[in-house]
Amino acid sequence: MLFFSYFKDLVGREVTVELKNDLAIRGTLHSVDQYLNIKLENTRVVDQDKYPHMLSVRNCFIRGSVVRYVPLPPEEVDIELLHDATRREARGG
Amino acid sequence: MSTGPGLESLVDQTISVITNDGRNIVVFLKGFDQATNIILDESHERVYSTKEGVQQLVLGLYIIRGDNISVVGELDEELDSALDLSNLRAHPLKPVIH
Repeated sequence: MLFFSYFKDLVGREVTVELKNDLAIRGTLHSVDQYLNIKLENTRVVDQDKYPHMLSVRNCFIRGSVVRYVPLPPEEVDIELLHDATRREARGG
Repeated sequence: MSTGPGLESLVDQTISVITNDGRNIVVFLKGFDQATNIILDESHERVYSTKEGVQQLVLGLYIIRGDNISVVGELDEELDSALDLSNLRAHPLKPVIH
C-alpha cells in the first residue's frame, strides 16, 4: 500500500517508466491503482528511432507487472521520509 | 479507489497492445476485467522487421490473458494514418524478462 500512496502523490508529474522489455516510456502520470498499473498521458517513447512501435500512441495503460523502474529525480524525492515509511511498513507488515 | 485507472476509457476504441512476447497488436477493445484479460475485435498484428516494412496480419476476435499484456495504448487515428508503415524499419520488440 505504501508505494500505491507514494505514486498517488506523484500524479500530475512527468515520469519515465522503464519496462522489463527495455522499452522506456515518458509521460505525465495520470493515475495508478492497487496493482501499481500506471496510466500515462502525453506519452512518447524515449528512444523513438529504435522503438517506433508506439509512435501513434499518446495515452497508455502500463501493467504493473512489467515495470522494471520508475526513475525519479533525487531533488524531488524525500529519501528520509521514504526510508522511515518503509521501515515502519516492514515492521508492521 | 481500488480500481483506479481501469481500461474503461479505452473500451470501443482502437488501441495498440504490446504483449509480453514483444508483439504489437492493433485492435478494437471490446472488454476487459480486473486481471487485465482483454477482449479484442478486428485485431491485426503489426510485425516489424529491419529488412522489410511493417506487415499487418489479420487476427479477428481474440481474448488475451492479462498475464501476457505489457502495455495498452490509445491509438491516435490521425497520427497513425500519418505513419508510412511500408517504409518503417525497426527491430521487433524484445520479450519481457521477469
